[in-house]
Amino acid sequence: MNENTSTSTTELDRPYVADKPAVRETDDELRARIPGWGADLDPADRPAVPRERYAPEVTGAHWEFPDRQPEPYPRERSIEHGMLTPVFGTVAPLHGVSGAIRRYAYRYSEGRAAHWLLLIAGDRVDSFGAHVKSLATLHPDNPVTETGVLSEVRRHGWSSRVRSRRVDRSHTWIDPILVAGPWVATGVVAVMLARKAVALARR
Amino acid sequence: MKAMVYRGPYKIRVEEKDIPRIEHPNDAIIRVTKAAICGSDLHLYHGLMPDTRVGMTFGHEFIGVVHEVGPSVENLAVGDRVMVPFNIYCGSCYFCARGLYSNCHNVNPNATAVGGIYGYSHTCGGYDGGQAEYVRVPFADVGPSVIPDWLDDEDALLMTDALATGYFGAQLGDIRHGDTVVVLGAGPVGLYAAKSAWLMGAGRVIVIDHLEYRLAKAREFAHAETIDFAEHDDIVVTMKRTTDNLGADVVIDAVGAEADGNFTQHLTGAKLKLQGGSPIALNWAIDGVRKGGTVSVMGAYGPIFSAVKFGDAMNKGLTLRMNQCPVKRQWPRLLEHIRNGYLKPSDIVTHRLPLEAIGEGYHMFSAKLDGCIKTIITMDAA
Repeated sequence: MNENTSTSTTELDRPYVADKPAVRETDDELRARIPGWGADLDPADRPAVPRERYAPEVTGAHWEFPDRQPEPYPRERSIEHGMLTPVFGTVAPLHGVSGAIRRYAYRYSEGRAAHWLLLIAGDRVDSFGAHVKSLATLHPDNPVTETGVLSEVRRHGWSSRVRSRRVDRSHTWIDPILVAGPWVATGVVAVMLARKAVALARR
Repeated sequence: MKAMVYRGPYKIRVEEKDIPRIEHPNDAIIRVTKAAICGSDLHLYHGLMPDTRVGMTFGHEFIGVVHEVGPSVENLAVGDRVMVPFNIYCGSCYFCARGLYSNCHNVNPNATAVGGIYGYSHTCGGYDGGQAEYVRVPFADVGPSVIPDWLDDEDALLMTDALATGYFGAQLGDIRHGDTVVVLGAGPVGLYAAKSAWLMGAGRVIVIDHLEYRLAKAREFAHAETIDFAEHDDIVVTMKRTTDNLGADVVIDAVGAEADGNFTQHLTGAKLKLQGGSPIALNWAIDGVRKGGTVSVMGAYGPIFSAVKFGDAMNKGLTLRMNQCPVKRQWPRLLEHIRNGYLKPSDIVTHRLPLEAIGEGYHMFSAKLDGCIKTIITMDAA
């Protein structure tokens, strides 16, 4: 070996030689500093069972296949399912325009972007419709209480941000625009349409 | 009963709803005593999860008292104090029979890619959650467990998701003696994952976040080294330099869909919903782990595509491991650790609010105000 080109391994960064990095703390030091250090060092102590075997004594299931829950209305389901699952949630059944969009979304598999994008579209129509409907009730949506925005005052919104280097400060300015913008834009369009309708009616 | 109700993105309120009823012979109705707001509830709150319907009650972390049981329930009785894992599962399908409780095939008609979760949109089965005075609990003989007398309510509550998930994240990292473990995110799951990494024999545990108060908690609660990524131009380089230029043996993503730290990714993923979340932390994990290392993903992402650096993962020969935590599988060992004094889950709780103030709780948690790490909701009827 040419001695001029040999270098002590201690001078080399670790990945370029085979040795592992030096231990920073011994097991005894770690055990003394950290309660429970190494209690699950043996993977056999880590939760793993039951795996790859049917274990009703562990799960509590006392059926081969569960009883079927009654289906109070035609329940939408993924077309990847071979049948309606025996148990399912029954809150907020499909209804109205949002329901039609969502029902259409379930014609596509979970592998298709159309499925998810239509569901998100249904979500937005649902929340818009609920908001409009609430205006005709004794309990209309209240953007101040429902967004919890008052906690900006009560929970130190200013100092939580200003006294920190937190990275979300870089987009704090755009967040209200993205959240409230669609509502404001919808309101503006609604007012414009209403004005147009009034003008047409006056002709 | 009073219940938190979703009204649309960024809008929730407390409404009167009917007390849920038994809909299946193995159902139970639980009177909720305590619930928690989870970081993944924020994905619903922000409108990121498809098929989140107006009128739904969120909340998959809750404990309570059995109020009513269906005719086939054998393992629970009215009056039992119970903790309920966030997974809804039958215990008998192909997947449950193999221990994959979070992937149950008998509880979620809306999707095959995910099992059932309380209060987590129709994509997760369309069940109401526990941020309410009462909740329907399917398969009462399978999911819930009676809380041991010695276990504190708040510790039990945190076992229903956050603690079990953090521990599971460390477990999926397949941590070996002396490993260097990096945890991305110092929220509840990240803190518990960091703490669990020590139990599994890690030699170094490093927690990365941009919120100093959370990093302080990581140092105090999880005995971890910390890095504030807001102070570094390129956190991947910092991760390499901090780990002898190797990269960490294991990186745990405990952030998920709303990760921050890259304007474009955050805007397109978390705000404009053009991706199934913003995979900033996941990409840092892929780039920051050593070649041949393991990335454990505990952060939740939406079901649509995300701009993940999969090429780097392949070229580095990484092992990527992930799942929703099968909570009940973790409980026996976690109970031992709590009893031995190795874990005290409630040490991370920062806020306790009544149900009426839940709107404030969501905004505070979402905007990371007032040093918020974990908020517990206490029910009036409790």
